[in-house]
Amino acid sequence: MRWLLGRIGVVVLTCAILLVANRLIIDNIKEYYVSVLVLCGLYATLAVSLNLINGITGQFSIGHAGFYAVGAYVGGAWTMLIRPLVVKSLPILQTGTQIGDHLNLFIALVLGTVCAGLTGLLVGLPSLRLRGDYLAIVTLGFGEVIRIVILNMDVVGGPRGFTPITELVNNHGIPLVWIFGLLVVVVAFSRNLLKSAQGLKFLAVREDEIAADAMGVNTTRVKVTAFVIGSAFAGAAGVLYAHCQTGITPDSFDMNTSIIITTMVVLGGTGSISGSLLAGIALTALPELLRNDFIKEYRMVIFSTLLVVFMLTRPQGIFGHREIALPRFLRRLGRKGEPNP
Amino acid sequence: MQALVQTLIYGVETGAIYALIALGYTMVYGVLRLINFAHGDVYMIGAFVGFFACTQWLPFKDLSQHPEAAMLNVVLALVTLLLSMLICALLGITIERFAYRPLRNGFRNADAHFWGFVIALPVTAFAGAMTTTKRQGVFLFAGVVIGFIMRPVMAYLAKRIKPSGSRLNALITAIGVSLMLENGGINIFGADPKFIPDILPKRQFNLFGLVFDSSGLIILAIAAILMALLRYIVLYTRPGKAMRAISHDIDAAKLMGINTDRVISFTFALGASLAGAAGFMVAAFTNIKVVPLFGLQPGLKAFVAAVLGGAGNIPGATLGGLIMGVVESLVASKFPQWRDAVAFILLIVILLVRPAGLLGKNTAEKV
Repeated sequence: MRWLLGRIGVVVLTCAILLVANRLIIDNIKEYYVSVLVLCGLYATLAVSLNLINGITGQFSIGHAGFYAVGAYVGGAWTMLIRPLVVKSLPILQTGTQIGDHLNLFIALVLGTVCAGLTGLLVGLPSLRLRGDYLAIVTLGFGEVIRIVILNMDVVGGPRGFTPITELVNNHGIPLVWIFGLLVVVVAFSRNLLKSAQGLKFLAVREDEIAADAMGVNTTRVKVTAFVIGSAFAGAAGVLYAHCQTGITPDSFDMNTSIIITTMVVLGGTGSISGSLLAGIALTALPELLRNDFIKEYRMVIFSTLLVVFMLTRPQGIFGHREIALPRFLRRLGRKGEPNP
Repeated sequence: MQALVQTLIYGVETGAIYALIALGYTMVYGVLRLINFAHGDVYMIGAFVGFFACTQWLPFKDLSQHPEAAMLNVVLALVTLLLSMLICALLGITIERFAYRPLRNGFRNADAHFWGFVIALPVTAFAGAMTTTKRQGVFLFAGVVIGFIMRPVMAYLAKRIKPSGSRLNALITAIGVSLMLENGGINIFGADPKFIPDILPKRQFNLFGLVFDSSGLIILAIAAILMALLRYIVLYTRPGKAMRAISHDIDAAKLMGINTDRVISFTFALGASLAGAAGFMVAAFTNIKVVPLFGLQPGLKAFVAAVLGGAGNIPGATLGGLIMGVVESLVASKFPQWRDAVAFILLIVILLVRPAGLLGKNTAEKV
């Protein structure tokens, strides 16, 4: 009972903080910085969700943008194509009102998440039989195939891109709450997974697949589960991306995007949730905030050099497998004065 | 029927290029079990060397104004081919020395030097971009100083770590090097498309109602010569024998007194020179635009070809390249919009059905 109350308290508190922060942000911050915040939240979500596959389960995937794309296009398809058909019989879905906007976004989110998860299942089932570098290449291939399939779908605009999904962009503020809500959910999910008995299976697969198999862990099932969950979260991020942008094209989800997300996970420390989170925020925000043409122009060169140098000097990433947790940090501060035991 | 045969001929021409690139992938995979992602970008550098040689470095004559200069241009084109191969070989050796070798043997002081300066470069360029033209010398000096400061920092980092044998780290490093070359290329060469002018006279031959392009035949002939040369080197020379020994068992090869690092460098040089030749030939003979992302798609397709034939298997790479080219041109003739997806679908199918490739041997994984 106490546990449940505690959990509910955390959820309520988080919601309250998000809503208050949203009000403050929308009222006081320039629109440009809001868009930077949006991108930070999305990329942090993507990095943490990829960390679930790459870091925690140890299955190296570099095609994450494919699932991001699935989410974005499914969410967009709901808002632009399906909703106008349904709205006649269900007037509550009319946009423009608070409840209508939120409800729409929620339905899009559910649809996008489910579709991306299903795509993850479809991709994961065959390809997770492979391991190591071959798995990486196959996921890269699937990511590209998804992009090319979307490129050839005329319903969603093909290479011209999807017509602007602007209805929610105008009420910015709505996406922001959802984006950071999603981020909190992803981080909480990953953290709780690691603390649970289920999570130990994921770690066991990462540490030694054969030993895990011998201990009775169904390794294929664990790997596919991680893949599906990771892709589903990426899809959710995609839905929100589609609703914050004035338009999406298949080129927004190309190999570069996948590789940027991978870079975040690798630099932050494969296996460290807080590492991926911070790397996702830092690698998105820094180039935007240090906004001058030089950094913009050389961003990818700097990223790639960092990637190589890190691989050579600190292959486990900045945080390695460790987490930054506030309680432990405070405890360490408190212990400073005491003599070492 | 005739259209089909014509498509097949085009397929073989593209396939020869894929085979040349795939050979580099497969040789490196054979000796190091590493997917050298940067190989496609070496191919791109080959095309750029060809572009600069044809337009600036070498005195090529414009054939429309001096039709008698054809012979001179042929000789110069051969020189350009060799130049592309040479520069790409050097690039391949550099990549191996500073990106992949530290992963194998640990980070040494020389590596710290190199990467310290690589990090200092954008800092210098940044400082240079922020100032007026007068002060740029000062900032160049500052960059060198920063390079020297970075060196001990990196060396300190390096002392604390052991070489990592993880193949995934190697793969991520390779992806990083590939991105460095692509984006560095965008910053240095510019993203605008460049074209190599017609340097050789073009003719078309009609035989049995089929059209043969002189450029396609040149590509096929040079590719065949290079592959024969490679086969000779691998099978009948000492470095080739050492390469085969390393790909068989690198530790045993070390015990037999083979300088494995040198042979691995040699392997990279061989593979990169083939890719450089392919890059120059494609850029010069097919009127394709040369951009810094020139090597991305061909690189991935050639990698698929290498896996198709069996990674690590040299005849397999040739076979895989030809199959890849033929399949792609067959699909492109019917469904042009699916052209780029073919390679990936083929890759997925092979890896799921026969991961060892057509000519590769299946090996069971031992505990």
